[in-house]
Amino acid sequence: MDYAGVIILEILYMIAFLLLTSAGLAIIFGMMRVINLAHGQFVMIGGYTTIASVKAGINIYFAMLVLAPLVVGFIGLIVERTIIRFLYGRIIDTMLATWGLSLLLVGMVTFIFGNTAVSVPAPISGYQLGEFQMGGYNLFIILVTVAIGVVMWAVLRYTRAGLIARGAMQGPDVVATLGYNPNKVYMITFVAGAALSGLAGGILAPLTGLLPSSGGAYIAKAFITVITGGTAVITGTLLSASFFGTINQIVSFAANPVMGDIAMLVLALIFLRMMPKGITGRFFRDST
Amino acid sequence: MKFSRREILKTAGIAAIAGSFPSIVFGEDDIKLGSVLDNSGNLDIYGKPMVLATQLAADEINEEGGLLGRQIKVIQYDTQSDIALYTKFAQQLARRDKVDVVHGGITSASREAIRQTFHRTNTLYFYNVLYEGGVCDRNIVVTGTTPAQAVEPVVNRAMKQWGKKTYIIAADYNYGQITAKWIHHYVGQRGGSVVQTSFFPLDVSNFGSTIAKIQLGKPDYLISALVGGAHLSFYRQWAASGMNKKIPLASTTFGVGNEHLALSPSEGDGILIAGNYSQESTSEANKKFLANWRRKIGDTKIVHEIAVSQYQGIKLWAECVKTAGTLDREAMLTAIESGVSVQGPAGLVAIDPATHHTSLDINVMEVKGQKLTILETAIQRPPSDTAQYCDLLKNPDDNTHYEVDI
Repeated sequence: MDYAGVIILEILYMIAFLLLTSAGLAIIFGMMRVINLAHGQFVMIGGYTTIASVKAGINIYFAMLVLAPLVVGFIGLIVERTIIRFLYGRIIDTMLATWGLSLLLVGMVTFIFGNTAVSVPAPISGYQLGEFQMGGYNLFIILVTVAIGVVMWAVLRYTRAGLIARGAMQGPDVVATLGYNPNKVYMITFVAGAALSGLAGGILAPLTGLLPSSGGAYIAKAFITVITGGTAVITGTLLSASFFGTINQIVSFAANPVMGDIAMLVLALIFLRMMPKGITGRFFRDST
Repeated sequence: MKFSRREILKTAGIAAIAGSFPSIVFGEDDIKLGSVLDNSGNLDIYGKPMVLATQLAADEINEEGGLLGRQIKVIQYDTQSDIALYTKFAQQLARRDKVDVVHGGITSASREAIRQTFHRTNTLYFYNVLYEGGVCDRNIVVTGTTPAQAVEPVVNRAMKQWGKKTYIIAADYNYGQITAKWIHHYVGQRGGSVVQTSFFPLDVSNFGSTIAKIQLGKPDYLISALVGGAHLSFYRQWAASGMNKKIPLASTTFGVGNEHLALSPSEGDGILIAGNYSQESTSEANKKFLANWRRKIGDTKIVHEIAVSQYQGIKLWAECVKTAGTLDREAMLTAIESGVSVQGPAGLVAIDPATHHTSLDINVMEVKGQKLTILETAIQRPPSDTAQYCDLLKNPDDNTHYEVDI
């Protein structure tokens, strides 16, 4: 019985992990159709910001919830203004540019922090579930992810800003018709997406040993989740993260984490074969 | 006196050219020591301290008057964690630079990429890293530890301290697989049982399900042969769930990449490890080594086991040159097979003539406050795994990498 509880909690954690790491990408790719290959590096820099801040004596929650998104959001602003805005609509060029950017970011972080694994201890200690010892910090991650999801959904669905952002998804003309400057809307959306990636990196930092090359570990899963999710950013990402997280953990428990990843990739292949436009390209079309 | 910008540039340019000169021109008479190591890229956490150790060892020998009255010149190539560059630089060292000896290679893959080149060109080669064991080649000397040397002492101590039920987690490549076999072997020999053995590719960083499964198995202790940056996540998640206070942990790899510095004391304390070197060793050789490192290089925090292995490997080679009295190949091989030894920072290192591996001391250590505290020392452990297959005194032409099996 306790073991079932452990499995359910690990599944929830995996879903939260997928949602967190793909939220920023969902906004940038799902809404703006910009393929940001530097997404993993945004997450990684969020992690480094947290660790560097904690080492400088700053409160860990402030570091990961406030500083990490601010720093990465600011980097996103610079990147959007200097690179991305010239490349809207040119998918191949964007891929090339952001791939180059990812190499640059890895190089810069290596230069500043060195190519050594760094980390901070988790601020929440473990707890007892029946006869099992569980990571308390995982619960915190699940809660934060739920909060982020609710806020994103509410903003997109019920606010003026959300309406404009959804308009931008349809096309720049729609935003212009609404009386806003599409350029500015894209800029804000990109910065928001980058900030979310930074937040994800900050929150996940205490659970992993971070290297400058760690970004690569996030990007594949994030892209699969977002693309399988389809056009509706929130519903789609939530659905695909739930499917993938569940299958990944069930197979991980039954076999091992490697088989878990393989099962997830096979499932993604089947999904995309059956629904090339993603889950929300076929079902729940009117959702956000 | 006023300088125009042009003049400053001119002066600076001449100075730069003059400054770079001595590194191009060196005495005809110098002994050439080739070195191929990853000074950048993924593996530079291992490689950088090794490069520094190489220079330190060469400098020390030169300050004491060199070898055979000649100075040593280090020719170092940075392989950038790229196997293709190993092949290329090995060719350069052997055929263009015509070096007298090569020290280098980090991963087993890199060693195998260059070993045959040196074998063909009769370039003496020292491999100074702990590895899975089994290389049998008269042209090579291995000065790092192999699983049979390091595993038994740590398993012995762990079982005495904690009990018989063992759970093994290891990296999924030849080093991890072979080390796991040895752990299995020694646990069985002492009447213990292995609950389960799990292997993880080097990029796995999510260990939630693994940690739950370990608890389900209820082992008396856990032993890890995990490797690299991603696997560091295991120790963090293990501590985050509070398991580090419940099931004790031993490891054969922890500390080699300075993992104990990446974890906080509360996460790392109590982990039991086995290895050749601890900075905490109070021997004279170690004190002198660390003092020299501090004086010439700086921070000693980065000194890890394989940097010391590299240093000891070079000192061992120098001792062979002194014994042989010449750099001539046959004389050198005879010297090597006479069982030359040196007293290094990690204790006595002696060449085992039959395998061209080394007998060395293994420390069983405990992580305490980001330091490796020595609990006990197993004196002069022979490379018994490789010795099962390899006898170069009988078969000098052997050139095989045996897959050690138990």
